[in-house]
Amino acid sequence: MNAIMETGTSVQPTIRVENFSKDYFIGTNVVHALRGVTLEVHPSEFVAVMGASGSGKSTFMNLIGGLDRPTDGTYYLDGIDVSQLLPDQLALVRNRKVGFIFQGFNLLPRMSALGNVMLPMMYAGVPHDKMVERGMAALQAVGLADRANHRPAELSGGQQQRVAIARSLVNGPSMILADEPTGNLDSRTSVEVMSILQQLNAQGITIVLVTHEPDIATYCKRVVRFRDGRVIQDQINPSPRNAAEALRELPSDPLEVSSS
Amino acid sequence: MSSIGERVRPNLSGSATVTVEDLAPPAVDWGVVLGPLPTETSGSMAIRQSVTSAIDALKANKLRALLTMLGIIIGVGAVIVMVALGQGASQSVAQRLSRLGTNMLTIQPGSGRQGGVRVGAGSLPSLNDLDTQAIARQIPGITAVSSNLQARNVQVVASGQNWSTSVQGNYPSIFLIQDWQIAQGAAFDQTDEASAAVVCDIGQTVATNLFGTSNPVGQTILIRNVPFKVKGVLAAKGSNGFDDQDDVILIPYSTAQIRLFNRPWVDSISVQVTSADQVSTVQQAITNLLEVRHHIQPGKPADFQVRNFNQLIATVQQTSATLTYLLAGVAAVSLIVGGIGIMNIMLVSVTERTREIGIRMAVGARGNNILSQFLIEAVLLSVVGGIIGIGLGMGSSIVVSHLAGWNTIITPESVILSFGFAALVGVFFGYYPARKASQLDPIEALRYE
Repeated sequence: MNAIMETGTSVQPTIRVENFSKDYFIGTNVVHALRGVTLEVHPSEFVAVMGASGSGKSTFMNLIGGLDRPTDGTYYLDGIDVSQLLPDQLALVRNRKVGFIFQGFNLLPRMSALGNVMLPMMYAGVPHDKMVERGMAALQAVGLADRANHRPAELSGGQQQRVAIARSLVNGPSMILADEPTGNLDSRTSVEVMSILQQLNAQGITIVLVTHEPDIATYCKRVVRFRDGRVIQDQINPSPRNAAEALRELPSDPLEVSSS
Repeated sequence: MSSIGERVRPNLSGSATVTVEDLAPPAVDWGVVLGPLPTETSGSMAIRQSVTSAIDALKANKLRALLTMLGIIIGVGAVIVMVALGQGASQSVAQRLSRLGTNMLTIQPGSGRQGGVRVGAGSLPSLNDLDTQAIARQIPGITAVSSNLQARNVQVVASGQNWSTSVQGNYPSIFLIQDWQIAQGAAFDQTDEASAAVVCDIGQTVATNLFGTSNPVGQTILIRNVPFKVKGVLAAKGSNGFDDQDDVILIPYSTAQIRLFNRPWVDSISVQVTSADQVSTVQQAITNLLEVRHHIQPGKPADFQVRNFNQLIATVQQTSATLTYLLAGVAAVSLIVGGIGIMNIMLVSVTERTREIGIRMAVGARGNNILSQFLIEAVLLSVVGGIIGIGLGMGSSIVVSHLAGWNTIITPESVILSFGFAALVGVFFGYYPARKASQLDPIEALRYE
């Protein structure tokens, strides 16, 4: 990370996006997925990115996650100008700076929960014993230490997503990007996942979460709305709901909350 | 491994009855989870990780991996068997020919005119026993020399039976030169030669026809009415393809010259050279010696010929080597076909695992990580296939040589070469799919269903 620029000012924003745009070319048509987005996310924020499908929120996620490069504009992640990086450098950014959580969990089916959690550390070159130690601690953090040797197919949807959360935080990223993390989960499991994310946020991890469920957004500290490739609303949520409390209020009938 | 029942059963960490307390486990060491990442930049670890991933991937699809390897297994096995058979055939031909004598020279009278009379090749009375003795005395680098007298269709009689066979008069060294073994009794020796003893050693065919099953040693045979005592019986040699080599009687040269042939010249002279690579030197030396002895003017045709078998042997060996290359070439083609099989399966595998590649890229895999993972998978297929192929090839060679009685030779060269070629095939045909995988767009790959 030699590209880190010391700003010298108070707090360096985790994400600083200026005049971000992304065009896709489908045949001869140009699709303007993003049309000049400017946004800052500071450390320890918990941002919900909302918007209808086609609003550009997924494109925005891919760009700030370092999976794609913008057509125009600049993007600083922890002070690194990510918009100028080469594919291998982007891979390094994804490895060290970003933790991904997906709607479909995206675990490798042949690997155990621990193996999946250790995957980012493998590409970071962590010695094996350290990988196991840290991987187990991450699984402990999401309450799945006793499922370390289970394969994804042997876990419920909620458990799979918790493995994915453990994987996302294991390399100590600057931020976790969650793309519809509760989209495949029932309402109770969704609240469980939000509870874990809130705990991580309480540890100082920046989280950006894409969702189209207003209910999920109420657990976040800030809500950013996209429409037609632009930010149309950027609000601080003065009183985010506490997922742990919400969970307590939910009926805990095991029959009602079958695993997905 | 949990059973399905275990998963449904409510327990502390199962999702069914999670309480808030479970979600906040007290023992989380955030220092470990979020502390600085302990990394070491070692290339060997990345390779080890790729090998582990590759083995896992192959294990996940065992039958497919085996079928893919089959091409390489058969290819490597075929190369080894073919080369083993080719080399074996080449060797046994060479051995049979060297029994004729790779280090043998034969001096025969030449054809030509003698006092205006044209005579047939080999029948010129231009060589005599003195030539033989001169060669023995003056030419270095020879182990054995013999004058040869030979008569075919000689009627021989013993114990009321008669038989027509060929009779050879030679020095005792003929047993060495013509590689005769003694089955019963003894070979005639230098004493017999010196005293022109009327003794003989008879071939198996002669022994059977004259004496049946009884022991011929010590019996008497009439050869052209001269009684010879049987001193020994020769071990069977079998047919050389033209003649029955066992249909022969060997007698000392001096005896043959005095008692049977009664002429001063010899039919041929056999020379055994110390080693095969000295043959041409010795051949030249003998030619020079005999030219002097026979007063041959330079540039004039000699009245003798010195022949060796090397030319013939070289030709035969070259032919069988060509055949070996041809067989190995055909087998190598099957290796290439096996390589195409690997490429085919790897392309399928890359497509199937597009999502996996996307996930790996999302968590930080570089293009090279993906490339090496798939390349190692392809090379692993070909290398494991190669090892099995070597085992199969060696096994088949042994089975073939046992069942068909063919000589097979497994050379380290053929094993190393076929194995190396197989590994190379894996790299060559694995590279394209691996590169394709490494160049996938992570977003597209993650979206792939």
